[in-house]
Amino acid sequence: MKSRYSIFSLARNAMNYHKDWERAWRSPQPKAEYDAVIVGAGGHGLATAYYLAKNHKMTNIAILEKGWLGGGNTGRNTTIIRSNYLQDSSIAIYELARSLYEGLSQELNYNVMFSPRGVLMLCQTEHELRAFKRTAHANRLAGLDCRMVSPAEVKEIVPIINDDSNCRYPVLGAYYQPRGGTARHDAVAWGYARGADALGVDIIQNCEVTGITREGGKVVGLETSRGSIKTKKVGVVTAGNVSTLMQTAGVRMPIESLCLQALVSEPIKPVIDCVVMANTVHGYISQSDKGELVIGGGTDPYNNYSQRGSFPSLEHTVTALVETFPIISRLRMLRMWGGIVDMTGDRSPIISKTDVEGLYVNCGWGTGGFKAIPGSGYVFADTIAHDRPHAIAEPFGLNRFAEGRLIDESVAAAVAH
Amino acid sequence: MLVVHCPVCGAEGDETDFHGGGQAHVRRPATHDPANVSDEAQRDYLFIRHNPKGLHFERWRCDRGCGKWFHAARDTVTMEFKAFYGISELPPREVMEQATGEWATYFKDRLKAEAKS
Repeated sequence: MKSRYSIFSLARNAMNYHKDWERAWRSPQPKAEYDAVIVGAGGHGLATAYYLAKNHKMTNIAILEKGWLGGGNTGRNTTIIRSNYLQDSSIAIYELARSLYEGLSQELNYNVMFSPRGVLMLCQTEHELRAFKRTAHANRLAGLDCRMVSPAEVKEIVPIINDDSNCRYPVLGAYYQPRGGTARHDAVAWGYARGADALGVDIIQNCEVTGITREGGKVVGLETSRGSIKTKKVGVVTAGNVSTLMQTAGVRMPIESLCLQALVSEPIKPVIDCVVMANTVHGYISQSDKGELVIGGGTDPYNNYSQRGSFPSLEHTVTALVETFPIISRLRMLRMWGGIVDMTGDRSPIISKTDVEGLYVNCGWGTGGFKAIPGSGYVFADTIAHDRPHAIAEPFGLNRFAEGRLIDESVAAAVAH
Repeated sequence: MLVVHCPVCGAEGDETDFHGGGQAHVRRPATHDPANVSDEAQRDYLFIRHNPKGLHFERWRCDRGCGKWFHAARDTVTMEFKAFYGISELPPREVMEQATGEWATYFKDRLKAEAKS
């Protein structure tokens, strides 16, 4: 049993100059066989393993990661959490996730720094204003706490915003989810990892899965860079690398892998205490606790596996934000990076069984997966444990593409794709 | 930043002068056999994509030049273009031979079909 983190353990360890903290998770050798294996130790994978162990008592499981845990898109996103999507199925899963985030630090005994600072989605054209009013009505029917706000109130919430009504894209209002916000992305991965490890899950890093082994229509194991592992249940949660891995099991995916970039500025004094998303001009911004402005935009428009994006996309994002927030025009940028996101045709995720028995897939979160981590893991674990889709996961099955039952979120997504 | 070359008008420019149009050589099932299109074939046409880590074949449009669509072969890891070719053409033979996975199968089938006809 792991010792709990608390003010007392902090004080106790301070006495020893913090030399005696135990490791947050073990680093076990892979066993020859597991009841289930999750591929990909990002937020979604780790949450899946945690809920499999906690809610479904499956503790003889492993989670394999080709690099280090949380080193993919979990560590590369802009940490925004909101649930004000347009379609009912989306609202259900994103709101489950958002509400789980509220209690996550207590649940995991790990401070994920969830900060419900409010998410403001700007309306900068008449069309956008109308579209968000539609979303607002849909969200009200679903019981979400969201509302439209006037340009004057936007200025009150974000004083640094450009309120010139004569600029190219004037702020005509905004759609506001006060319960949305941010969390510390690494802490979400680390918290779930520590929680899963404490329940007996083997987290195996530096172990790349090179192939899924089938016998007939069933999964029997995995080929990895550290040898073969036998298992009857495999959950693939590998985001941008999902197509290539699923292909080894003969499953073709409706996914394209694109690069999405983000950047942070040098740290400055607090200037913005909520998240602002400017969809028309393609940019979103928030301020981290360190004072850096965290900035993200749209994806590059072509397939990419290199985790390095193109300069025009960044320039586009920064140009847009400088127009919306003129005071940031002289800020210098500290770092920029790219992550490979898995885009589906309808911009909604895939949480699904497959035609191969024992093979499950959770992917397609595209540009907005971080906000969904707890909900995604919760319903995917249930799907794997019971070999049938959880009620909230059911609409997100792979079969929707053949049935034409799309969950169209391309208009409701944060930034146009 | 990608430097793209238009095989139609000869223009060369960075990626902002062009428009990426996604996977190349996607065939619409209804064009070939309108009476007989299964849900699965229509799904494959609309949504299933080759998504290789490595050599990929795409459509591009010469946005600020001649406006024509054309094809390109590009590596999705190194970002290097291997070939630009016409919208109704197959890639140069040596590039086709470098294709792997689903693309290799696709070109093998196409070449077989062409040899027959």
